[in-house]
Amino acid sequence: MPPARPDTEYPGGRGHASSGHSLAPSAGSPAFWRDARRALGRVPPSVPAKIRQVARPGAGPEAAEGRGAGISSLIMDPECSQLLPALCSVLADPRQPVADDTCLEKLLDWFKTITEAGSSLLLLQENPCLLGLLCHVLKPQDLSPRVLSFSLRLAGMLAAQEDCFQYLQQGELLPRLFGEAGPLGGAAWTAPSVRSGWIQGLRSLARHPSALCFLADCGAVDTIFSLQGDSSLFVASAAGQLLVHILGLSLQGPAEGHPGLQTGDWPVCAQKIVSHIEESLRSAATPQITQALNVLTTTFGHCHDPWTQVLWGRLSPLVACLLEKDPVPAAHSLVDLLLSVARSPVLSSSSSGLWETLAQTLSHLSPTQAGPLALGILKLQECPQVLRAQAFAVLLQPLTCVLEATAQAPGLLDSLDGTGGASVTVDTLLPSKAACVGLLCRTLAHLELLQPLPQRPSPWPQAPLLGATVTILRLCSGSATPTSDAGGHLCAFLVGCVRVQRAALDFLGTLSQGTGPRELVTQVFAVLLEYLTSPDSSPTVLKKAFQATFRWLQSSPETPGCSDLDPHAHLFLRELLPVLPKRLCSPCWEVRDSGLEFLTQMIGRWGGQAGFRRALLASEVPELTEQLLRDPESYVRASAVAAMGQLSSQGLRVTPASPEHPGGQQKSLLAELLHILSTDSEGFPRRAVMHVFTQWLRDGHADVAGDTERFVARVLQVASQDLDWEVRAQGLELALVFLEQTLGRPSSHCPYAVTPPVAAPPSSLAQALRPLCRVQLFEFAFRALFDCDRPVAQKSCDLLLFLRAQTASYGGPQGSGSVPEVASVEAALQRWQAGDQGQPLGYLEPEVVVAVLRSMDLEGLRGALAESSDRVEKSPQSLLQDVLATVGALGEDEADCY
Amino acid sequence: MKLYCLSGHPTLPCNVLKFKSTTIMLDCGLDMTSTLNFLPLPLVQSPRLSNLPGWSLKDGNAFLDKTELIDLSTVDVILISNYHCMMALPYITEHTGFTGTVYATEPTVQIGRLLMEELVNFIERVPKAQSASLWKNKDIQRLLPSPLKDAVEVSTWRRCYTMQEVNSALSKIQLVGYSQKIELFGAVQVTPLSSGYALGSSNWIIQSHYEKVSYVSGSSLLTTHPQPMDQASLKNSDVLVLTGLTQIPTANPDGMVGEFCSNLALTVRNGGNVLVPCYPSGVIYDLLECLYQYIDSAGLSNIPFYFISPVANSSLEFSQIFAEWLCHNKQTKVYLPEPPFPHAELIQTNKLKHYPSLHGDFSSDFRQPCVVFTGHPSLRFGDVVHFMELWGKSSLNTVIFTEPDFSYLEALAPYQPLAMKCIYCPIDTRLNFIQVSKLLKEVQPLHVVCPEQYTQPPPAQSHRMDLMIDCQPPAMSYRRAEVLALPFKRRYEKIEIMPELADSLVPMEIKPGISLATVSAVLHTKDNKHVLQPPPRPTQPTGGKKRKRASDDIPDCKVLKPLLSGSIPVEQFVQALEKHGFSDIKVEDTAKGHIVLLQEAETLIQIEEDSTHIICDNDEMLRVRLRDLVLKFLQKF
Repeated sequence: MPPARPDTEYPGGRGHASSGHSLAPSAGSPAFWRDARRALGRVPPSVPAKIRQVARPGAGPEAAEGRGAGISSLIMDPECSQLLPALCSVLADPRQPVADDTCLEKLLDWFKTITEAGSSLLLLQENPCLLGLLCHVLKPQDLSPRVLSFSLRLAGMLAAQEDCFQYLQQGELLPRLFGEAGPLGGAAWTAPSVRSGWIQGLRSLARHPSALCFLADCGAVDTIFSLQGDSSLFVASAAGQLLVHILGLSLQGPAEGHPGLQTGDWPVCAQKIVSHIEESLRSAATPQITQALNVLTTTFGHCHDPWTQVLWGRLSPLVACLLEKDPVPAAHSLVDLLLSVARSPVLSSSSSGLWETLAQTLSHLSPTQAGPLALGILKLQECPQVLRAQAFAVLLQPLTCVLEATAQAPGLLDSLDGTGGASVTVDTLLPSKAACVGLLCRTLAHLELLQPLPQRPSPWPQAPLLGATVTILRLCSGSATPTSDAGGHLCAFLVGCVRVQRAALDFLGTLSQGTGPRELVTQVFAVLLEYLTSPDSSPTVLKKAFQATFRWLQSSPETPGCSDLDPHAHLFLRELLPVLPKRLCSPCWEVRDSGLEFLTQMIGRWGGQAGFRRALLASEVPELTEQLLRDPESYVRASAVAAMGQLSSQGLRVTPASPEHPGGQQKSLLAELLHILSTDSEGFPRRAVMHVFTQWLRDGHADVAGDTERFVARVLQVASQDLDWEVRAQGLELALVFLEQTLGRPSSHCPYAVTPPVAAPPSSLAQALRPLCRVQLFEFAFRALFDCDRPVAQKSCDLLLFLRAQTASYGGPQGSGSVPEVASVEAALQRWQAGDQGQPLGYLEPEVVVAVLRSMDLEGLRGALAESSDRVEKSPQSLLQDVLATVGALGEDEADCY
Repeated sequence: MKLYCLSGHPTLPCNVLKFKSTTIMLDCGLDMTSTLNFLPLPLVQSPRLSNLPGWSLKDGNAFLDKTELIDLSTVDVILISNYHCMMALPYITEHTGFTGTVYATEPTVQIGRLLMEELVNFIERVPKAQSASLWKNKDIQRLLPSPLKDAVEVSTWRRCYTMQEVNSALSKIQLVGYSQKIELFGAVQVTPLSSGYALGSSNWIIQSHYEKVSYVSGSSLLTTHPQPMDQASLKNSDVLVLTGLTQIPTANPDGMVGEFCSNLALTVRNGGNVLVPCYPSGVIYDLLECLYQYIDSAGLSNIPFYFISPVANSSLEFSQIFAEWLCHNKQTKVYLPEPPFPHAELIQTNKLKHYPSLHGDFSSDFRQPCVVFTGHPSLRFGDVVHFMELWGKSSLNTVIFTEPDFSYLEALAPYQPLAMKCIYCPIDTRLNFIQVSKLLKEVQPLHVVCPEQYTQPPPAQSHRMDLMIDCQPPAMSYRRAEVLALPFKRRYEKIEIMPELADSLVPMEIKPGISLATVSAVLHTKDNKHVLQPPPRPTQPTGGKKRKRASDDIPDCKVLKPLLSGSIPVEQFVQALEKHGFSDIKVEDTAKGHIVLLQEAETLIQIEEDSTHIICDNDEMLRVRLRDLVLKFLQKF
């Protein structure tokens, strides 16, 4: 990098250009543009134009010759190069509007990958039509804003490389595109897309020192300043980011080496931006202050160079001044800035006044605005303890108010009430329902985020938080008795408020990670039971209540010695279980579904414990669950399948010997699930069945262990015909489990799997593979290999690769099978691959399987599958063809394009 | 304008509005909670009930909650808002000398008739061997146990009316349709609007040319079977009388329906029977519709549903023919053509069966476990009494209360001890307080008038500030037997001018856009319509004879004093006085204007907005001078 020479040209850049492009025509000469225009029209890319002889720096003349002779270009596919002139002419023609600007975006993406991979200069030179397009858009004409915007962005992208920048400069193209003479002054400027394209073009262009001079020369910075207040939010935001980028670029060289450098010594461009920010911060208009704050936030968020320290040193007094205003202007942006400063390693360690400013801000902002700041402060890794305490107090204020309004035990209040800000909070909470609900929801969400963090405040006021959350929930259900007017108002706002209920239940669930005083835990369970029982709980609230309940039960201490639920939770469970049947009978399917999910979780966790089992078996729950297998709603059926799978695994399925079915000849669950798998019209229940079966196989479930092979064969047969790819994929998962069990490999990928007692590993490979052949696992896997759904094929490929590796471990090429049999299988597989999957393979001998496996190019297949399925459609060539096809420029019309 | 409040029950209102010389009764609900003081009337002699200690079966159930606040024979019209609010009609039309008209929509009348018919049937089919009324004597009543001892105005309790009285009462009803404008004596216009609560339920607008009173009673914003509530027409009311809000504001109907279905399913699955005490019309339609959707999912397809009421058949069939009174969804079904309510399908598939009573066919078809819908919700009469006796002993069975009109604990009292499960899921689709506050924000009446119960939280939940009407200005509340002067004065009356008279007017523009003309005419008032007619041609001049002023029959057409308009600018007036030789002038400001004091002449000129007085001491010359000066500042025409 050349030494800092503020506000001058960069001779290094020019030198580079002159040395690298000695063959380029002289800049500004009319002949050059004429050439370019001619090239646009007539010269096919295969003809070596004069301009083509320009070599990329480093590439020898042979390379240039080689390309000239038609060898595929390093920059762009020859096919694309061939299509490009037509594309450019389409774009340049106002009579052929490009209807879809996503294709323009895709084109830009493509150019971006090209320019990032190689020389832009070479690209321009190989494809003069691009230059032609850029020149063309400058002509006064009725060009669509999209194309203009596209051209600006393309020009910026090309000029990102300094040599190309110089090249374009020689034709004065850049000033004409981005300067006063360009779209900037024209009618097209009214289109936001053009303004956005202008900004993005400059954003791409501003990569090198020469670009800075250019920006200064063409007065772009002032335009960017004004665009900060643009009516289009996208433009305004992009303008802010561009300023940050320019500031960073201009200070990259000079200030980097001299951290002590004061702003007065900064390059003119940087000084100009800083002055603008200062002026904005002093302004009385909130939008301007917001713009300045946003620019600073982005700057400090992205750049941690020493110069940011100098900048903050200069601007922090102005920012502090904002705090003295009432109300504080642009509070949200101010909070973002301060947090960005506090997070910056450079700034937080050095700025002496930062913590004071933060403290001051906390006390000045309204509770609604201060919440995010408080959360941000508490999330900081390094921060003075006093400030953390203050932030935490701010965050807790709304909950303090709730506790006060309902006059909770004073002990709870003391630990929450740290500041005198509560009255302000009451003022915020009480005027309107929306404000009250919003503040409480945000507070609860903030605390929920904070709770699991290692840097959360310590001591964590678990008990008051529990108390407040329970109180909020009781206010929402109308069961709390407020003791003050404020409480009465709160109650009136919160009764039946689903938003607050959801937030509070989420937070209550999070709080289960800690412990609490016994009486509070009792209250927690009481309020949860109240919600689970209440007919007024909305389905979403009920779901959250179930989730919170499970978390609290999970965290309740286990009785020492017997690993059962503690008596307390047990008591709760006894009250809960009568509620569950009612929920399972609810006319609202969401309720039935969340009830079943809860049940499944409960059985998974406590299914083995005597107390729970007794309580569950005494209830109607197992019977009802089984009835829900026939629910009209597929989600419910799926959940019922999962729940029944769990119940059965834990031996909790009730098989009453009803008088109508003497001897308890009830249909076995396995048969019932198989029935669902083969007949259910919806995918979810079938997927659930496959999950249950896989789990049963893993766990050695009694129904399965009796005749595993028959079970696997039956399941694979049904699964292979399923229309839902997830079912087929899950079938492969089941096949894998069976494979591992058969081949004696200890299952390692699932830590919870109970490995059934493995028989002594089969002695020979053929012996080992025989059970797999008997269940027709290979037929299933091979079919899956050519599945039209890629994930299934990938999974199958992995399975077969795993199997091949396993067979290898048995050593030597055992039994290569009879050649004709192998050949016929391979032929069948080829037919399958071609899409004709009608003919089954039938029983395969292990030797044949091994031979087929070894002969197949599974790795190649895996590679092909790894490529995205739309790789053909996504190719640039296809993109160009698409664009041309939409305007009908392909084919015979081509000649008329010029 | 006055409102006489005859009922203390907010959902069974009975108010009388006196408005522009008309007397309009708004609803006549019958508060039947006093029946809870009586023993049930069993269809079959019940040894248990007859052996209860102390009190033998008492006389008929009688109930009327009216006072002698107003002479009911003076009532001109009665407006009925829904079939629950007309149950006292026979008492009023048949026993008070009432000679007016009753207005109600067709479904209201038809279903109201069914409800009355059922009530009469329930009472009459269990005739009492003896009847006692001596206990109503205050001295004896005092000796009775609580709560009878404390019951108020027992003497007003009446025997149930007869079918004959019902028919006679219903014959006085004139049918109306939504938005139909009905002129009452030319004075006011009344219009029923859909209230969304029940088939044919209405709110009423009572308006004159310059005043509008809205009567909102039993309305619902939920999507159930009736036509949705018409809110827009309630806008710009001077007074909105608000009654008939939900009786169970804490219970959300959706949640309750869910609770109803779940409990029903759980009971039936365990082999128990479900008893639903209900009215023969209304919520039962919605319940049957929910069950229709639910029974398959809950595996209850084989469970029979029985609907037992003397009017069951008519109720189910009536509901299907009132298509124009139904919600849009159900209306469109009619064009398919399909029956609007799915209970038709339940009947077709034999899942729902209906019987007039439990005698006859029902006893042969009866199969358990089953679900029975039957009346009366008070559990004091009707077939429900028998089922309570029959099923009360088994804990497998469940009684589910869905009607909110009676306290379920009191209703159950005579059946204790009871083994069967009791579930209380009151379903009341009428407006709750949140909906009311939205409604009031929307229609913005100048004043709201409501029963006092709505202006404070329910006594049992005094902290629930959300369970009361919160509006600005605060609602005016009334209680039973109160007369409320409605808070607005009538200021204007519409008067028509005959065309020939209008022709003769010569308006003079006094301000841009405002013209005035003097009118001399005869005001003719007939049937509450006022018309200005041209004065009769003056008879021969009577020669300067002075007329009596107050009793003029023919307006004075000859001596036309000019009318004055404008205001007197005090400063200029003072300058004018000075110019005319008055000196020593003092001006004092008063609350209404100014006093100009001519000290020398000992004269006061009192200038106010609409009058000017010259007070001088018997100096007519001076007065005339001053008057002319004053007149110079005013416009004459």
